[in-house]
Amino acid sequence: MRRAVPLAITFLTGLFLVVSFFIPHRPFGELEQRLLVWFAIVAGFTMLLGVDNLIRSHARKITRTSEGWGHSVVLLVGLVATVVVGVIGRVQFGSPFHLQSPFMFIYSYTIVPLQATMFALLAFFIASASYRAFRARNWVATLLLVSAVIVMLGRIPIGAAMSEFFPWMQEWIMTVPQLAAKRGIQIGAALGAVSMSLRIILGIERSYLS
Amino acid sequence: MDERPRRSFWEIMNDIDRRIIFVILFVVVAIPLVLKVGGTIPPTAPVEGAHEAVESLEAGDYLMVSIDFDATSAPELMPMLRSVLRQAFAKDVKVIMLGHIAIGLPLGHMALEQVAAEYDAEYGVDYVDLGYRPGYIAVMIAMGREIEDIFRTDYQGTSIREMPITADVHSYADIDLLFGFEHGAVIDYWVRYAQARFDQRMAFGTTAVMAPDAYPYLQSGQIEGLVGGLKGAAEYETLIGQPGLGTRGMPAQEWGHLLVIGFIVLGNLGYFFTRGKQRKPAA
Repeated sequence: MRRAVPLAITFLTGLFLVVSFFIPHRPFGELEQRLLVWFAIVAGFTMLLGVDNLIRSHARKITRTSEGWGHSVVLLVGLVATVVVGVIGRVQFGSPFHLQSPFMFIYSYTIVPLQATMFALLAFFIASASYRAFRARNWVATLLLVSAVIVMLGRIPIGAAMSEFFPWMQEWIMTVPQLAAKRGIQIGAALGAVSMSLRIILGIERSYLS
Repeated sequence: MDERPRRSFWEIMNDIDRRIIFVILFVVVAIPLVLKVGGTIPPTAPVEGAHEAVESLEAGDYLMVSIDFDATSAPELMPMLRSVLRQAFAKDVKVIMLGHIAIGLPLGHMALEQVAAEYDAEYGVDYVDLGYRPGYIAVMIAMGREIEDIFRTDYQGTSIREMPITADVHSYADIDLLFGFEHGAVIDYWVRYAQARFDQRMAFGTTAVMAPDAYPYLQSGQIEGLVGGLKGAAEYETLIGQPGLGTRGMPAQEWGHLLVIGFIVLGNLGYFFTRGKQRKPAA
């Protein structure tokens, strides 16, 4: 019974959503809309679970004074401070996202620079990694190397100034071989998703129950 | 005395210390940004397609803007977002903003308020920010039937039915164009659920690394245009005749690319000239 009921709910819900895709009229369309709203609400609650998990895991680190516990203190203080300024912004300006609210101050001068800095570091690692990885060790590596150089040159004005070949070839690489490979991957992934969905709807794939 | 053997020039080129690469890259990227050099970038067909899609809108038409990125991609996507908003407000097109990346939506909101102020646009009449709702697939599909089911209020908690801009907006049928700014896979879901199912007209601005993922949709005609990376942003600025951060950032990207190509060439020459030495068994 403990397995049969969830399997039946999954089967009926999956079947219903497939039917409603092809018959969006009453009653399927309205019921599908109701399910979608429920989905959005459930997705909202998963955020609460995430916050709960984050607090528990870092609180545990602090109480056990595990390695790097100081970082956990910073994280929890940051979390509480952000929530507090968010509430203040809501009370004071009607929304924490009001441009003058303290939440937006923290967002603009802490979150944005931190995220941007982390991502900007990638440029340095990509430069170093390209230098080491793009070596003409065999013909496949050489093909990759030549393609990469053409695309890089084709995407900057100096490439076009050197020769019209670079932007033209860059566009060709993007719209023919790259596109063919990408489309193949997408078709494969879509078939995989259809197959997995069918397995779940028909109760063959049951790992989500464990 | 333990003396390390002297390395030849090509051996050094084959194995340049990464810290040297980091320092040179920093200098090469920083100088053009500080000097603020740069010229206009000629537009390519995918960017022209996106520009024409917005240009086809008439005064009073609705443009839905989706903010699906965060600060990590802001240097590439914010310039194109501002350009699209400027083009829309200049044509008196109504802008409805929403987003599927919660931490990035305030960036979109800041750009919206900044550009709206340039054109004296009024909140709730000319533009609105609906904010964020979790579960993007459900949000996209549900908006095809009734937007109010998902967004009862805007980001401030004002009912969408109380604002003139959204009083009569119910579904994609009322949205003339959707322009998404993407740094991840949300673009796939927009195409699958809003375009394929509800036939929504759409164009996208993406980071350079995401642009290849969008090319299949461009070729199939499911999206009308694609603005890819900083270069795309610079091209869009050329098209609207207002050079901005995209155009200013291109020289830094240009010199960065050239430097990486230079290092790749040096590395390969070093590899080629020292290959024989590497094959020799240790004495």
